[in-house]
Parts: sequence; structure tokens; C-alpha cells
Amino acid sequence: MQKTQSVKPTYFKPVQFLIEVGILVALFTLVQYLITTGLLNQYYQINLASICINIILAVSLNLINGFTGQLSLGHAGFMAVGAYASVIMTQYMELPFIVGIIMACLAAALAGFIIGVPTLRLRGDYLAIATLGFGEIIRVVLQNIDYVGGPAGIMGITKMATWPWMFASVVITLVVIVNLINSSYGRAIISVREDEIAAELMGINTTKYKVLAFVIGAMFAGLAGALYAHYFYIIKPETFNFLKSFDILVMVVLGGLGSTTGAVIAAIFITVLTAALQSFPAIRMILYAIILIIVMIYRPQGLMGNKELGRRAFGRLRGENK
Amino acid sequence: MVNGLSLGAIYALIALGYTMVYGIIMLINFAHGDIMMVGAYIGFFSVAVLGTNIFVAMAVAMMACALLGVIIEKVAYKPLRNSTRIAALITAIGVSLFLEYTTIFFLTPNQRVYPAEAFPVTNYHVMGLTLSSKDIFVFISAVVLMIILQYIIKRTKTGKAMRAVSLDKEAAMLMGINVDKTISITFAIGSALAAAAGVMMGIYYNSINPLMGIIPGLKAFVAAVLGGIGIIPGAMVGGFLMGILETLVSGYGSSLYRDAVAFGVLIIILLIKPTGLFGKNTGEKV
Amino acid sequence: MKIRRKVSMVVLMLFMLSIVAGCSQGGDKGGSAQQGGDTIKIGINTELSGAVASYGTNASNGALLAIEEINAAGGVLGKQLEPLSRDCKSVPDEAMSVSAALVGEKIVAQIGPLTSGNVAGSTPVMMENQIPLLAPAATAVNVTVDEKTNKVRDFIFRVCYLDSDQGRRMANFALEDLGVKNAAIFGSTSDDYATGLAKYFKEEFTSKGGTIVAEEGFVNGDKDFRATLTKIKSANPEFIYVPGYYTEVAVLIKQAREMGITCPIGGGDGWDSPDMVSVAGKDALNNTFFTNHYSVEDPDPAIQSFVKAYQAKYNKLPDSFAALGYDAAKLLADAIERAGEADPVKIKEALEATKDFPGITGSMSIDENHNPVKNIVVIEYKDGNLISR
Repeated sequence: MQKTQSVKPTYFKPVQFLIEVGILVALFTLVQYLITTGLLNQYYQINLASICINIILAVSLNLINGFTGQLSLGHAGFMAVGAYASVIMTQYMELPFIVGIIMACLAAALAGFIIGVPTLRLRGDYLAIATLGFGEIIRVVLQNIDYVGGPAGIMGITKMATWPWMFASVVITLVVIVNLINSSYGRAIISVREDEIAAELMGINTTKYKVLAFVIGAMFAGLAGALYAHYFYIIKPETFNFLKSFDILVMVVLGGLGSTTGAVIAAIFITVLTAALQSFPAIRMILYAIILIIVMIYRPQGLMGNKELGRRAFGRLRGENK
Repeated sequence: MVNGLSLGAIYALIALGYTMVYGIIMLINFAHGDIMMVGAYIGFFSVAVLGTNIFVAMAVAMMACALLGVIIEKVAYKPLRNSTRIAALITAIGVSLFLEYTTIFFLTPNQRVYPAEAFPVTNYHVMGLTLSSKDIFVFISAVVLMIILQYIIKRTKTGKAMRAVSLDKEAAMLMGINVDKTISITFAIGSALAAAAGVMMGIYYNSINPLMGIIPGLKAFVAAVLGGIGIIPGAMVGGFLMGILETLVSGYGSSLYRDAVAFGVLIIILLIKPTGLFGKNTGEKV
Repeated sequence: MKIRRKVSMVVLMLFMLSIVAGCSQGGDKGGSAQQGGDTIKIGINTELSGAVASYGTNASNGALLAIEEINAAGGVLGKQLEPLSRDCKSVPDEAMSVSAALVGEKIVAQIGPLTSGNVAGSTPVMMENQIPLLAPAATAVNVTVDEKTNKVRDFIFRVCYLDSDQGRRMANFALEDLGVKNAAIFGSTSDDYATGLAKYFKEEFTSKGGTIVAEEGFVNGDKDFRATLTKIKSANPEFIYVPGYYTEVAVLIKQAREMGITCPIGGGDGWDSPDMVSVAGKDALNNTFFTNHYSVEDPDPAIQSFVKAYQAKYNKLPDSFAALGYDAAKLLADAIERAGEADPVKIKEALEATKDFPGITGSMSIDENHNPVKNIVVIEYKDGNLISR
């Protein structure tokens, strides 16, 4: 018998909150220190950046695929929109980074809205292919616009996405999404995944919530795109193809569709695995494919299922709430 | 225009595999395009290394891929028959990547060229159109295969079983039909058709490479949806339509947007008539 | 409930382990070998998987062959060269990560990546660490020169000529050698290499009085060009410029000839492959020309010994990427020798001072923009054979 989770209102517990903030501050300062003193060499820094970007991508895709149950395969397209939008702001119009980030989020959210409204009417498999198609359309369109360099893309992007920006972005993403899920909006979203027809009957406007999740997911993908562009110096349409969307999908699936913690852990794990396999290129993709197949067959709920590693979990570990 | 028909025939063959598999286990087999690629490679080795003629090569490829399809089904899809659709889709993606990258691993990512001697090309000029013997071969073989398929589906017991399982799996089981075996046969036939398409692609375009299955696979899927997924004549019509549309776009519009147009078609279809041209609207009953 | 706890613990531990594993992988590379050891470490950062894997693999093969030969002949400055080969997966962010890893392993120079985009990914790391990068085949102008500031990128060099050189050379060849007055352009739009070639061809052709009668494009992966070819045929060009890679070009030329287009057709080094003849057929290729780095059939003894050695080691004929990879490695070794020690900054200076280095892709001197000054060969197909013009 599953223990039913009674929905207790989560009171604002000052002590716990301070502890969490403390951990975050400590983590931030530690890494910042390592970077400034050069103890963390460039290779690790680059991988850390990739980890942050992948966490944001995985968590945002998880919102759409995992919590709302809508299989979107074009996430890289939103990342591309965000990347290009931010670069136009900072490189072409020479505006500060924050403007670039805001534009990236807005542009990606808009793209999410435009794509979401028509396609979210479709059922599971069709939705997947439609989103895949849109992802590719975005890429092809970008490839043919000379203003943004066409297939050559844009290079020489100043490195503006430093550790503070990365860290802040990851934290904000996690805070927003976790709080969204724990709110009434979140419950509506999950109900759409569980049984769409029943939700409709209960008076929930499923389209509205599907689009909401889609747009928010897209927005954070755009944020990730902006960070990517301002760290890795060059962007080209080819980088944001369906292989990239699949990469993110592997992380979400591995972590567990419906667990934000799972997405975070899987994002870190896959990024590290990719780096570790740098010396074995041929095997890497085969390994990914095998991981995907094995996870789906033997543990389709991924590593974490839909459990989270949050306050309650730590409480349980400490012996409370048995 | 002529090329549109030949190209369409190839897409139709691949689309048939998609639609049959979807009709029977409601799965979009992402790996289907890659089975086509494997077929193309087997055909290549058959001709280039073993020196067989093209018909034998096609037969070998078809049999080998039929076997491959059955194996994939047993290993990767059967365990997930009762899981969510997302799970099965993701596994299909995994299989697709596995096929592609294993081929790259063993055979290098470089493309291979079908030896020209495999298929001597002669051009015929008929009524102002240039027909090459390749066009004729592709078109006629495809039509022949489709006729054989229709025969199997409509006239044989296996075909009846396939139709029964796709209508209602549990009822079919209750009627004594061996569902597992039927599903395996469906995969086998679908994969064989894809293999034939692969060999034809090799002849028609002369070169093959490990990643050649992705884009045609997606376009064939669009074709299947266009015709109504799960409906066999629909896949055939859809395939031809896609082929013709693609050639038209390349000719009059810009071939740059050609791939995007394929997806555009898909999206429009899904928005306007998701069940496809021949589809029936079966609303979901609560 | 206990099971849930255990599961979360296991998961946490897996997560920790993976971090540790990843770190230790990186750590090994950082710690060990010193600069003054017995070997000189050369990084080879090429695309071994992904979109341009076949080109990256060939270039890497060429470089490795060269290093093998150099080591067999005694190495450089008395030490053996140690190649560290990594895959940048045809994406710039991976190229950056690979470069950082290689730098951590104390390379004195890096060869590759192949495409201009991926070289751009590597550039910040190489510049920051002041280690030279030798690009075998990146042809975009902004690889070595920052177009915003018009300054040359200090540590970035290349051994191949630029898109601009190639495009212009073919334009002049068409105007002067073939005597044509108008031309059509039908090139790939999927990569900046081909669009670059088309752009410079057009500029030069029109500036010298020629007219462009049609401009069409195709996408990499296309297999059917007949519809567009019909369009071009109706514009009656005297010459068609087809910049792109042989995968598409071979089929395109074949279809063009089948349709009765008999005018001369030209292209760039992307044509270079034995597959051109097997796909298009000898007859179709008559009256076609392309600019290239070298020709496999060139009777020059240095080239032939390279071809034989490559074929012996890798069981296939070397294409120009292989030749460029080979030259890059040999030039690097030469520069180290001239520098007198395996110090990256000194190597960079030696590279800048390169004069008349006898590469198999031509004798080259590095100019002030870190580009090689080389003769560009125009090759004609005659009955399936390659003739230099």
C-alpha cells in the first residue's frame, strides 16, 4: 500500500530556509574561490559550465515531458532561439548581458507559445514528431538568414556567462520550477499528465496548463541558450539539431520523468560521462543508445521515478515522518 | 515529375513499414529509417563483395532485415508492450541511435558507392521526358512489392491475423490468434520492405552512408501520417504524394527549404486532419 | 519506507561516484608528464564523430602518419613526438573542452579541428594559454583574423588556402583560361565553406566583367538536382560553378550531363575524392575542373611516397584532408626544430617565420595573417584522370 501523501500546507520554516540559503552561498563562494585562484583548471571550468547549462535544459524539458506528460522533442530549437536572441542583443546592439538574457527568455517563451498552441492539441506520438519538426524548422530557418551568419553562425561572442551568472541562473530555474510544481498550477499540470480526460471533467482547462508548462519550459531553454552562447564563443544552427534535443531527452529519461532532482542528477552524470568518454569517441554514442534502451526496459521510471530529494526526503532520512 | 514518382515509391515502401507497425502495436518505430540503411549496406556488400546481381542482393537484404526487425522487436519492444507510449518511443530512439553508431563503428562514417556495374543505366526518351532505367526499375519493383503486400494482407490467413490484431489485440488473442507471432511477422514484412527501399536508394543515388536513414525515415513517417497512420493504402498514397511534393519544391521553390516543407506538411496535416487522408475519426471513449 | 531511504542513498552514492570518476579522469591528465620529459606532446583535436567525421578522421590519419614518419627518423630535437588524439564531435563547445583537456596535458601545439566553426570553439582556449593551433583545412577568413578589430589572431595558423583564394582562382580560370563570359552558380548552402566559395567567385567574376545568369542552391544530403538543373539550363550559362562536397557534386554532375548540359563545370577542393569518378562516371566528368590542394595522381615523388605510405597504413587513398593533416604535422615538426625548443611561444614565432616549406600540398610561406601563400592547382578531369592545368 502506498502511503498517501497528505497535502499539508508547507509553512515557511525560517530555520530550514536559512540552512538552505547558507548551503547555496557556501557552494557559490567555494567554486568562485576555486576559479579565481585558478585551482580549478580550465578543463573543469568548461565542464562545470556545461553541467550548469545541461541542468537548466534537463529541468526545463522535464517540466514539459515529465510533469505535463507531453513528449517534446524539439527543445534544442528553443535553446537556439534564446542563443541567437541574446547574441543579437549583446553583439549586434552592444547591450549589457542582462538584456540579452531577458530577450532570450522572452523570445524563447514566445516561440514556445507560437509552437505550443497549435501542437499541444495533438496526441502523444504526433506531438513528439510535430515538436521534432518544429525544432528542425527553426534550425533550417536560422541557417538561411544571412543577418545571423547563415550556416557559419556567429563567432567571437564575448564571454559574459561567468560563474555568478551560471549559478544564479541554475538557482533561479530550480526555484521557479520546483515552486511551480508545488503550487496549484503544478497540481493542475500533473493532473493533465495523469488523466487528461478526468482533468477536463474536473473543470481544469488542460490546454491552458499545457501551454503554460510548454512556454515556461521553452523560456528556460532560451536562458540556457543565452548562457551557452556567451560561454562557448560561437554558435551555429547545426549545433542545435535534433541530436542535441535527444541528448537532453536522455538526461530527462535517465533521471526519471517527473523528478526534478532526477533531472539534475542525470544532467550532471551524463555531462561527466561524456567528458570521461572523450578518449573513446566511437563507443560514446553506442553507449548512450544502450543506456537509453536498458533504462526504458528495466527501469522506465528512471533513477528517481517521481520522487524528489527535498525537505521531506531529508526529513525522512533523519527519522521524521515515518 | 518522373523523379517524384520514383522517389515517392521509395518513400511509400518505407512508410508501409511504419504504418503496419503502428497499426499493430501503436508504436512509431523511429529505427525504421535505420533498418532501411542496414538494408542498403547489406545490398552493397552483396554486390560489391560477393558480386551477386541486384535482384539477389535485394532478396538477401530483405531477408536479413526481416530477421533484424524481428530481433529488435523481441529484444527492445516486446518488454515494453504494456508501458507508456513515451517509454516505447524513447526505446525506439535508442535503437535508432544504436543502429547508426554501431554501423559507424564497424564500417567508418565514410560513404560507400554502389558499383555502377550493379545496374547498367540506360536512358529512354519518351514523350519529352527522360526516363532512366533506374526510374523504371524502382517504380516497378515498388509496385510489385506493394501488390504482393496487398495480397498477403487481404487474402492470406496471416494477413487476416494482422488485421485482427490491429483492430483489437485482446479480442484477437481470445479468438486464438497467436499475437506474438503475428507481431513478429508484421515487423518482418515491414523491415523487408524497408530493406528493399534501402537497396533502391543505393542504386538510385549511388551512395550510402550510415546516417542516410534519418531524413528519409522522417519523411516516410510524414507520408504514413499523411495517408492515415495504420492504413496501408494510405501509406502508399502518402509516400507518392511526399515524393512528388518534394520534387516540386526543389524545382520551383528553393531546395533549401525542402526538408522544412516536409515537416510543414506534417504539421498542417496534424492540425487540420490528424487522422490523415484516409483515416477514420475514432474519438477517445471515456 | 526503509527501501525508499536505501534507494535514495544508493542514488546519492552513484552520483558522487560519477563525479569522482569524472574528476579523476580529468585529474590524471592534469598531473603527470612535465614539459621537459622525453616526449613532445602534440594535441590532435579533430572531428572523429558527428557531421564531418569522415573529414576529421582522414586529417587525423594524415597527421598521425606524419608523426610516425618523423619519429621513425629520430623525432624532433632528439625527442619523440607524442600525439594525443581526441574527438571534438563536430561541435564547437566540445572542441573547446577538448582543447582545455589537451592543454591540461601539456601539449605544445594543437592540430585541428577541421571546420572553421570548430576551430572558433578552440580559439579562446588556445589564445588564453598561448599555445599555437594549426588548422589543416579551415577556410573561412575570420579563422585567423578577427574581423571586428582586423587584427590577426596571435596563435592561430592554417595550412590551407582560403575560400576567397579558391573562389577567385576559379573565377579567373573560367574567364581567362576557358574564355567564358557568363556563368551560373549552383552551390551548397549548408555550410559556410561552400557559401564562401560562391560569394568570392561571384565577386571576382563580376568585377572582371563577367555576368552571373543564375544562382541556385542545394542542401547537403540532396540527391536530386534535376528540377533546379532544368531551371539553370534554361538560362544558358557557359560555365557552372558548383562549390560543395563530392557527395552531392558527383550526383549533380551526373544528372546534369544526363540532361544534356555540356558546358564546363567547376568547383573547389570539396570535390576531391575517388568517389567522384565512381559515382559520376568518367564521361560525365569530362570538361570539369576544380581547385585543389594536391592531386593523388601527381607524379611528384614526395606525393607518391605519401600516397603509398597512407594506403599501406589505412588501406585507402588519402584525400586532401589527409594530405593537409600530414602537412600540418610536418610543418609543426619543422617549426619546433627551427624554434630550437619545445616552447609554445617560440614555436609560434617559428611558424610565423615559415618560408617555402615544402609541403605535399604545395610549397608554403606563412604571411602576416597567418595564412599560407601557396599556389592553387586547378585540376581537370579527363577520362577519369586528373590533369593539372
